[in-house]
Amino acid sequence: MFKTYTYPKFPYVQSPEQKAGNVKRHKLVIIGAGPIGLTAALDAAAHDLPCVVLDDNDTVSVGSRAVCYAKRSLEVLDRLNVGQRMVEKGIGWKLGKVFFKDRLSYQFDLLPEDDNKMPAMINLQQYYLEEYMVEEIGRHPHIDLRWKHKVTAIEQKADHAVLTVETPDGSFTMEADWVLACDGANSSVRTMVGAQFTGQFFHDRFLIADVIMKAEYPTERWFWFDPPFHPNQSVLLHRQPDDVWRIDFQLGWDADANEEKKPERIIPRVKAMLGDEREFELEWASVYQFACRRIDNFRYGRVLFAGDAAHQVSPFGARGANTGVQDTDNLLWKLKLVIDGDAPVGLIDSYNEERAFAADDNLLNSTRATDFITPKSASSRLYRDAVLQLAEDRDAEFARKLVNSGRLSKPTPYIHSSLNTPDEDLFAGAMAPGTNCADAPVKVAGQEAWFLNQIGGGFTLLSFGPAPAASVSFGRIAARVLEVGRDIEDPKGVLAERYDAKPGTVYLLRPDQHVSARWRTFDEAKITRALARALAA
Amino acid sequence: MSLILNPNIDDFDDFYKELIDSQRHMNDAEAAQMNCKLVLLLANHIGDRAAIREALERAGGAV
Repeated sequence: MFKTYTYPKFPYVQSPEQKAGNVKRHKLVIIGAGPIGLTAALDAAAHDLPCVVLDDNDTVSVGSRAVCYAKRSLEVLDRLNVGQRMVEKGIGWKLGKVFFKDRLSYQFDLLPEDDNKMPAMINLQQYYLEEYMVEEIGRHPHIDLRWKHKVTAIEQKADHAVLTVETPDGSFTMEADWVLACDGANSSVRTMVGAQFTGQFFHDRFLIADVIMKAEYPTERWFWFDPPFHPNQSVLLHRQPDDVWRIDFQLGWDADANEEKKPERIIPRVKAMLGDEREFELEWASVYQFACRRIDNFRYGRVLFAGDAAHQVSPFGARGANTGVQDTDNLLWKLKLVIDGDAPVGLIDSYNEERAFAADDNLLNSTRATDFITPKSASSRLYRDAVLQLAEDRDAEFARKLVNSGRLSKPTPYIHSSLNTPDEDLFAGAMAPGTNCADAPVKVAGQEAWFLNQIGGGFTLLSFGPAPAASVSFGRIAARVLEVGRDIEDPKGVLAERYDAKPGTVYLLRPDQHVSARWRTFDEAKITRALARALAA
Repeated sequence: MSLILNPNIDDFDDFYKELIDSQRHMNDAEAAQMNCKLVLLLANHIGDRAAIREALERAGGAV
């Protein structure tokens, strides 16, 4: 196995603090160097916040695991300088086909909107993403990435946490003002702080097989309900780079995980699916079961949770890694401001408010898809099959809307967030307070550029037309003006259209590229109040 | 709009016969499958969520 990828082995290095035997206080310790922990580290570096990342292993993810990356994740990762590389290596796709038995039931187009830098969805093995991130981290001297460091205990103090860490050189103690646990669905940190992790457990098992084959299938997502080659169950096919194809077989609850993982069990299944002639090699396989659940609070004292450690979803809809990336996108700017004393700790609590809301939205979507894909009773199965049969009727558009093979990940707007300033003026379109900013092609100094690359990191006042000030401040935090017509041009008018802008319209944008407030005129007093609100001050 | 419970179909004896006859050639499984399709088709036609919810309730469902 593993013909297409060579796993790097990262060196274990004993830290000076362990060697010297002194207890050092760190501003931020991130536990887990998976995609979410690594994203958090890069985001910390982007905010000039030094951090230590601890991982109990010394390589990247084994197996392809999270393979679908959606536009918003790619935009966040582009801000962190790895998105472009992912897009270049990854496989873009936009068409999904759903089959019922031996027939095409319907197809959907992700309908990627033009004039966005990032595509709607790419497929890329998780190990590539992690490898690119580790490389990028190597360029940041303030990220201290430590392999073979396992956290075995956490003690919470009033204003910091004390970690016991085990390395090949034994145990030592670290202190951290803040700890960010990104240690996955089976998070041991979650257990250490006594957090609850509840939700719905699904009595079903799935087999993931990554096979290498030269196939001329179009780059599409294919999903089968009850296909002849795997009766009564579902199958999902996805293309990845390096001629690797991900096949996901539903097995049912009675399947024996250890048996089903054996090549002699997998190969006949794949052969039945592909037809006998096609040659393939098995790259990686895994049997999994899943639950849809989330942590009761994303913050326990000085310990914060992100990614699968905070919420676990079914794989249908690509909501795992994608929502994890949005967690850290939401958190790191807040941590930076709180650590620097520029915002009260209440700003950190807005992380739980906003991301728990998003997690619940994801869990709802994920649970619904799972209920459709794996009906829990004979009656729900009849309804599911009725939907699929009706969907084949060319005229029954409504039934195609009901087919749910996983609603693909889209960011959840924080529409009720306490950081938002509600609209006073009338606006049309999608850019309501709490929404992630839409991208648009712009020009900067006569050169073609993308809007999202012009914002983020700090607060921005996007002003359509001349602004009466260069920035607006609250305390030490300034929102700098980005003036359309002066700093950036909007040659195609896409920016103005997406933001429903008229001359004088101004938007207050957060460091994580979300809309905080908007007005039809530039009113400094109102902007200051909105900025204070966005800082939870 | 609340659910219409007054007679609303012209010649309901004829309607009822048509409903029963439509499944006369089916076994139980086929009829159950058809019933599900019928519910989905009619629910979409009604469209009004409150009316559908009331129907679910009156039919004995947990809402």
